[in-house]
Amino acid sequence: MKLTLEDVDDYATGAALLGTGGGGDPYIGSLLLKQSMQASGPLELAQADDIPDDALVLVSAMIGAPTVMMEKLPSGDEAIASVQALESYLGKKAHAILAAEIGGLNALLPLVVGSTIGLPVVDGDGMGRAFPELQMVTYSIEGNPSTPLTLTDEFGNTVLIQAKDDPTAEKFARSTVVAMGASALMACYPMTGAQMKASILRDTLSVALGVGRAIRQARQAQAQPVHQLLDHFADLDFSASARLLFEGKIVDLKRETTAGFAVGAIELVGLDDPADQMQIRFQNENLLAVRNGELCAIVPDLICIVDHETAEPITTEGLRYGQRVSVLGIAAPPALRTEKALAVVGPKNFGLEEPFIPLEDTAISGIARRNP
Amino acid sequence: MRIGVDVGGTNTDAVALEGAEILASIKTATTEDISAGVVNAIRDVVVLSGKRVADINSVMIGTTQFTNAFVQARGLEKVGIIRLGAPATRALPPMVAWPEAMKAAVYGNAAILPGGYQVDGSPITPLDTAAIKQVAREFADQGLETVAISCVFGPLNPDAEKHCAETVAEIMPGASITQATDIGRLGLLERESAAIMNASLRTLAGKVIDAFGDALAQLGITAPLYITQNDGTLMQSSAVKQFPVLTFASGPTNSMRGAAFLTGQSEAIVVDIGGTTTDVGVLSAGFPRESSINVDIGGVRTNFRMPDILSIGLGGGSLVTDDAIGPRSVGHAITEQARVFGGETLTATDIAVASGRAEIGDASRLADLAPEQVRQADTKIQQMLAESIDRMKTRSGDVVVILVGGGAILAADELPGADQLLVPEKFGVANAVGAAIAQVGGEIDRVVSFEQVGREEALASLKASAIDQAVRAGAQRESTEIVDIEELPLAYVPGQSVRVRVKAVGDLPLGEQA
Repeated sequence: MKLTLEDVDDYATGAALLGTGGGGDPYIGSLLLKQSMQASGPLELAQADDIPDDALVLVSAMIGAPTVMMEKLPSGDEAIASVQALESYLGKKAHAILAAEIGGLNALLPLVVGSTIGLPVVDGDGMGRAFPELQMVTYSIEGNPSTPLTLTDEFGNTVLIQAKDDPTAEKFARSTVVAMGASALMACYPMTGAQMKASILRDTLSVALGVGRAIRQARQAQAQPVHQLLDHFADLDFSASARLLFEGKIVDLKRETTAGFAVGAIELVGLDDPADQMQIRFQNENLLAVRNGELCAIVPDLICIVDHETAEPITTEGLRYGQRVSVLGIAAPPALRTEKALAVVGPKNFGLEEPFIPLEDTAISGIARRNP
Repeated sequence: MRIGVDVGGTNTDAVALEGAEILASIKTATTEDISAGVVNAIRDVVVLSGKRVADINSVMIGTTQFTNAFVQARGLEKVGIIRLGAPATRALPPMVAWPEAMKAAVYGNAAILPGGYQVDGSPITPLDTAAIKQVAREFADQGLETVAISCVFGPLNPDAEKHCAETVAEIMPGASITQATDIGRLGLLERESAAIMNASLRTLAGKVIDAFGDALAQLGITAPLYITQNDGTLMQSSAVKQFPVLTFASGPTNSMRGAAFLTGQSEAIVVDIGGTTTDVGVLSAGFPRESSINVDIGGVRTNFRMPDILSIGLGGGSLVTDDAIGPRSVGHAITEQARVFGGETLTATDIAVASGRAEIGDASRLADLAPEQVRQADTKIQQMLAESIDRMKTRSGDVVVILVGGGAILAADELPGADQLLVPEKFGVANAVGAAIAQVGGEIDRVVSFEQVGREEALASLKASAIDQAVRAGAQRESTEIVDIEELPLAYVPGQSVRVRVKAVGDLPLGEQA
């Protein structure tokens, strides 16, 4: 697949939607990508299966607080320095760059690196959405260690971490990021092409672009963007089910900081029926949607909040009292719903008591679409 | 006595207010020479009030001139930009996302220099005074006279920008310097863009404010002049010369605040029906609810304090066809082109007259309209209003709706979704009333660590800073209160780092408080 300069905004919109509320606003990433593509032209995405089995591939990602990145913008050299440091440690050149997450800012940054240093970027990622921690990726779930990994700040200061397991790597990386000013670029999950092929979620970059494009085209045609978006998912292999969970207004919003995450909940009431209510809990990303006491969707399935009129994705930080929103439930890719995956990205990893119930098996079957 | 003036695209309105009593009001046409129109409006309203010029304590003007000048790139100054934060931020230089035409009109030169802060307040790099001087010399050699300075995490600590501004002033005496942390919130690019916009408008602002001052002098008015800003509070005219950008979008704010004043409501939805558009906003604690999304002005992304306004293409001059009302409008030509005024164009105002909602113009000129056509058009108008009210509602159930603006005659006596529908007597000049009653405010936007200082203590300190800021802006301390606190935890940053915004407002000492 080819990504052109004109595609960047659509791709960023799709990435914001797949961020399920978290992952950081892709705006800064889209500006960086446009800058880079203005210099180096369109970007050809590589198919996972075209990468040689013995080639080195690695993940490039931002780690830290997305709100810090909105203020302390990158120097532009960090990501490449982290990739080069890891290459130098491994004594081998990377053949391709991978995305860790297709949701939010980190959907854009690997493309910036690929575009800047002229390496192919593989069409796929390790989450199919956004997650808050380093080990919450299919690469790790399938047994590929995140380390050795490198972190680089705006000065080119670089830290290499070699850890006994990925939760430990997450712990050291997190404290390093704090010392680097709460935002750093990282190169991690060095894998062979074969390891990558056995663990990557394929074609998710294309999914993000298609989603953003569908939203824009529906808006231009004034054709109910939220409905068009759902129809678009129905035609994709990405997800087993995508449904409208709720249409409502935000009537309450609670946030607090617990152990470095934005944790909170919103309350919605139905647009037509104030007695119809939904509660959504989030920890950076939306975790759990409950309608009138019944579970509708739970992590790792995607719970996406969009503007009711425009289908513009709304991040956790952008939630406000009074917003009229549509809540979409999108089944996570099958690889995130296995027992092995749920041990890493299932509800209990976010402190939830509720067991994982696939979206399509919940008691609530979604709501009927309204016609204008 | 206070005089409130609203300078709109079509009309310049003025009111004379004593305490809470409206002594007089007037609507005049906006003139090509705007200050001449302001002189006319003030002169006439003073005569109508039966008072003398000497009785005027203060004059408040709301104007859209600066917004319009920026959007149309008229009369803008080229700006030299210094950003403190290198080596961070180099990937995205100043004005990176501006439309080419706007950039061409405003870009003078730009440098990213050492300085700036980390999120914990420690410096990224020490300031390089020699480098600042060097850049300032380049700006001066280029003939630039206006400078904008931004700094990474400047809102945490304004010292770096301040030092930079002082250094630039040494090399460029007389230059106009805008510091971004005086204007914007967190979000470097948006705050920096606001500072650049502001810098580009400084020269124009000087001229406009001086012209207003001359206009007042011409009338023999010696009372202080204030200009309204986008959050419903006032700026002294000298501050507008420094921060013209803060007047952006003050119009809808004024009409909402005016509506609140005229009806005594503090929680309501305000529907301001003009000649071409209807603006719907939400009053919360007597102030407009602010927008949560970044607002583009002239294609430039900003993070100003802006009221959350829903604008729809319905007004008194909206064209009525078989299948639509608006968005096209005859605008200010309504008094010639509408059927009831002798014209040939069927407008929303004609429908209001035909359906008996309003008695203006010559109703006999509508005799040929089929009752069914009138009924359908009127139903459509009421639907458009009801829908926009519903879209802005924050909760279902009881809601008070206030109708203002010259086009308020379009609305029925009852609207679905409106528990109570209020149309104040002076509905046509609510915006000028809003200008007349504007308060002064102070706002603090900081990242703090609740772990280090404790939430209660941190909030208390921020509230005190906001109140101090309002008092510095001219508010009477005893009338100043906190109207808004917003906390936004920073994900991933340990130590319970929270971004807190606190807003305080208070009354100006006018010697006539009711």
